[in-house]
Order: sequence, then C-alpha cells, then structure tokens
Amino acid sequence: MRRVCTGIVAALAVCLFMGQAVAEDLQVGFVYVSPVGDAGWSYAHDQGRLAVEAMDGVSTSFVEAVAEGPDSERVILNMARKGYDVIFATSFGYMDPMLKVAGQFPDTVFMHCSGFKLADNMGNYFGRMYQARYLSGMVAGAMTESNTLGYVAAFPIPEVIRGINAFTLGVRAMNPEATVRVVWTKTWYDPATEKEAAKSLLDVGADVIAQHQDSAGPQEAAQERGVYSVGYNSDMSQFAPEAHLTAPIWNWGPFYVATVEKVRSGEWQAEATWPGLAEGIVDLAPIGDMVPQEVKDQVMAKMGAIKGGERVFVGPINDQDGVLKVAEGETMSDEELLGMTWFVEGVIGTTQ
Amino acid sequence: MDIAILIPLLAATVQSGTPILYATLGEIITERSGVLNLGVEGIMIVGALTGFVVSLTTGNPWLAFFAAGAAGCLMAAVHGVVVLLFLGNQVVSGLAITIFGLGLANYFGTPFVGQAAPGFDPFALPILGNIPALGEIFFRHDVLVYISYLLPLAIWLFLYVTRIGLNLRATGEAPVAARAAGIGVVAYRWLGIIMGGFCMGCGGAYLSLAYTHLWTNNLTGGRGWIAVALVIFSFWRPQRAVFGAYLFGGIMAVQLRLQASGTTIPSSLLLMLPYTLTIAVLVFSSWRRGSTGEPAALGTTIEPRQ
Repeated sequence: MRRVCTGIVAALAVCLFMGQAVAEDLQVGFVYVSPVGDAGWSYAHDQGRLAVEAMDGVSTSFVEAVAEGPDSERVILNMARKGYDVIFATSFGYMDPMLKVAGQFPDTVFMHCSGFKLADNMGNYFGRMYQARYLSGMVAGAMTESNTLGYVAAFPIPEVIRGINAFTLGVRAMNPEATVRVVWTKTWYDPATEKEAAKSLLDVGADVIAQHQDSAGPQEAAQERGVYSVGYNSDMSQFAPEAHLTAPIWNWGPFYVATVEKVRSGEWQAEATWPGLAEGIVDLAPIGDMVPQEVKDQVMAKMGAIKGGERVFVGPINDQDGVLKVAEGETMSDEELLGMTWFVEGVIGTTQ
Repeated sequence: MDIAILIPLLAATVQSGTPILYATLGEIITERSGVLNLGVEGIMIVGALTGFVVSLTTGNPWLAFFAAGAAGCLMAAVHGVVVLLFLGNQVVSGLAITIFGLGLANYFGTPFVGQAAPGFDPFALPILGNIPALGEIFFRHDVLVYISYLLPLAIWLFLYVTRIGLNLRATGEAPVAARAAGIGVVAYRWLGIIMGGFCMGCGGAYLSLAYTHLWTNNLTGGRGWIAVALVIFSFWRPQRAVFGAYLFGGIMAVQLRLQASGTTIPSSLLLMLPYTLTIAVLVFSSWRRGSTGEPAALGTTIEPRQ
C-alpha cells in the first residue's frame, strides 16, 4: 500500500514538475531551522537567499522554523512536489530526510548544509568558519587584560570544538599566556541560558566573551558588565555597541548565487564543498573602534595570508593536557578537522 | 570555592529562581482552590511574549508587565471555562493549555525573534544595597525581583488572614461543605484560576523583560513544569515556595559556574541536575505522605447544584 502511495505521489510530482518546467523562472527553495529574524544562523542564510532572489529569471521562497526530523521531510517533499529546481536545506538534522526525498526526485537539485552525505542529485556544503574564528581570536587575545576569555558554546560536536580551538590558537598567537574557558549550554538558541552562561564566565574573571550560539544573550551580558565580546553569525554590534569587538560571520550570497548559476547552465555536480575566507563565504565583521590600529593591521595581514592559502591548524599543536597532537611543520587534513574531538592547549573545559 | 565566586553565584541564584517563584506562587493559589492547572508552561510563555511585544511597541515596561499578567489571566480563563463551565478533566485541559500556549506563542512570536525590547534593568536599593554580601546577593536586582520578595508574604496574608482566602481554601478542601455553608464555590475557583494565571504570566514576563530583553521560541524552557513540581515540594505553602524556587535557581546557576571554573565533570551530567532534583523532590514529598498539605479536593470537579 505504501509503495503504491509513493508511486502515485511520485507520478503526481512528475506531472507537477513537467507543468512547472514550462515556466521561465528557476525556482529555488530554502529550509531554515529557526525564524529568519534571529540575527543568527538562519538570518545569515536568508541574506544569501535575497542575493539569489535578485538574480534575473530566478524566484525563491523559504520555510522557516522547520523542526529537524519528520517535519523537515514533509517540507522538503512538498517543495520537490511543487517543482522547485534547487532546494537548500540549512541544518544538520535535515540530512537524512533530504537524502530520502532526493531519491524520489532525480531531476531536482538538493543541497544540504553542514552534513556529509551525497547522492547523484544531492550535494553538501559548509564554510570554513574556523578561519574567521581564528582572526576573531586574535582580536580578543589582544584586548584581554585578565588573560581569561570566556566561550559560550552550544554542543560538543566537531564543528563547535574546531571553532573553539581555532579561536584559542588565534588568542594565543597574540597572547601566549591567555586561556579560554568553555561553558556548554546544550542549546543553539536560548537567550536566558546563554546569558547566564556568559555571566558565569564573567564571574570567574573572563573579560572577553565569545560565543558559538545564535542569540545575542552573551553579548548583552558582556555589555552590562562593561567588558568585551565577540559575536557570531552576523554583525551583532547593535545588541552591544560598546562591547562588540568583531564577529566571525557568514556570507552565503556568493556561494548560493554561484550554485544556482551552475544549476542553470547544467554544470552542477553533486559534490562536497568546503569554501572559506578566500571564497568569501565566511568573513569578519567590522572591527570596533576600541581595537588599536596595529592590532587591526595584524589581523588583516593574517586574513590576507589565510586567503592566500596559509593554514590555521599547523603544528606544533598540543592538546589541553600538553600532549603533542600535531608535529612541527605538519598540517591537519580536512578529515581530521571534520572529526576534531579534542581541545588544544589553552582551553579550559571538557569536550564531554 | 571562595567568597568572590560565592556571592555572584548566590545573586544569580536569586535571579534564576525568580521566574520560577512567580509561577509556583500562581500554581499554589490555583491549587488551593482545588483546581489543578498543568498549563503553567503555556501560560508563562504567552505572558512572556505579550510582555515583550507590549514593551517593544509602547516602550513602557510596566504596562508590558501588567499586560503579561492579563494575558496569563486570559489563558487561565480558557482552563477555567473547560473545567468549571463544562466540567472537563483538569489534567487533560491543563496539558492542552500548555501545548496550545507554546504553539500560540511560537506562531505569533516568530516575527519578533532577534529584536531587543526595553525592559527592567538592575539597580541597587538605597541603604540595603550597601550591606556587605547580603546587599549584593539580594538588593542589586531589577524591580521585579524586589516585588517577588513581597509576593509570598502578600499571598500568605491573603490565604491565611483574609476571609476571601479562607473561603478559597475551604473550596479546595471541602467544596460540598463550603457550598453548604453558603460559599459560592465556583466563583472562588474562578478567583483561584485567574489570580494564579496572573502570577504565571508575570513569571513569563520576567524572562523576556528582565532576565533577558530578548524573545525566542520556547523561551520558558521547561520552567513551568518545574513550578508544578515545586508546588508539591513546598507542600502548597507560599512561604516554602521561596526555598524551592531558589534551590532550583541555585542548581541552574551552579552548574554553569562549575563548568566555567574548569571542572572535569561532563556537562551532560551537570545539565541533568535540575531534573534529577525534580524527581528527588517528588519522591521525597510522596515519602512524607500524610502531612503534605495537599488540598483534599484538588483535581475534583464540582457538580452543578441539582
């Protein structure tokens, strides 16, 4: 019975798809995990969507606040049925639902963000945010006076751990004595918990607060205590104008435009892509006026070097217990970075 | 742990206990009238959203705070209509209110995510704020915290000193006898539900107006359920709710501070603490059965007069 249903659904979808194909506009759909107004993760993706919308002969739409799991499968399936040509799903938990739908709609291009699975018509993509985090760490390391920095982090997964490590390497490049203390909130978006976590870090002497969280809660906490903060996702200076040093930010527009262009010209292929600073997909928000010009110059010079191919995770790198993990002169491979589960020297906290 | 960490920890305890305290007091009033309201979580979040939106549009936090209380009353009134007018099951109706409230707030709140609204900021009380240690722990908060210091006393006075409070408790203990004594039991249950809803709405508003000045989906994060458990912990007495609320606030604050001080205990275990404590509290209070102070007619339906 289920197979029959799937067959009917697929047949209907094909009919719809053929009906739509006559229309001139390329239809591009986006699926977001949170509301677009959050100034965070989904907001950054939606800025990218607006760049696609501005292209000639392309129309876009989006569905926001879609829960990961069965709900997302329904949303993606619905978009595919309606004849969307390209569908971008922007949260890790959409991976398996999208893979399932991709199998039923071979003519639709599916793009999944932050995952690792591929199919003939499904690619995945992410950005090397750790490069921008390294730069933001340099700014923070230059600005700390107590040599204690706080990092409010969501979940102990490789993406977040990699970011904390890159940030810490940046901090210690400017200030080898400094340490970074980590507090896990186990939530991506909970202003109350995030703010309380930031306060707990301030209470143990941190004077710069960084975050891998989607709300501005930690920024508020830093501003209220009169210390500095580093945002995330997009420029968060509006929430804490006196505290906000800079923020590692997403800039999805060029990537989304290029992808849609490739689909239109028929050059698109299912592959895993991981662009970074050089491609402009990640960037650093404008550095605040409180930061001395020489620090800004150093950071900008490093940004130029990374864009030119310099790597962030280059040995010697010790783990937090002082054990040498990456030998002098070696660089970490992408596989090692994607599976990173240990903290570098200078991080105080546990990855569990 | 030295004193320099302990004092901010206790100050954070008071702050994170405050929204739970408002909600627990609200549930105590409601349950003392004999009505079980499991919709606390849903009522809190509607209060939080209403407060946030009113503050954002009018710029007046006080108006926002009372609007949040009024929204809490409205949500509680839905529960009242179901259980008092249509004599519906109180457990089912309460659960429905929670689900309804969360959905409603998420639906109407989505456009407001990521904006910052004016709210209440901390200020030190004159004289009291300068007391060493105690001043920093209790008297350098926002005005909603100061109100929450007076609220348990006010509710205690209401329940135990006024005639209206006596009648409300009688309705919760023995509605048939109360009715025979000429008390309008249904009216008193309405009073319990509405007063309780006001406090729950205010508790929600504390989260979006003072704790943070931001709105997000699921801002309440399960605090309403902790309040329901705390009513049992406090044996339905407003003065004991203070200890319960601060105990939970303390656990929430301490687990983050343990992490910040560089503990090696896995964070997953620390995050379980508030919920482990909830279970422990429920076990503890049922173990002491017989003297818990549970209203005898809690959860019962009052049949209309024949």
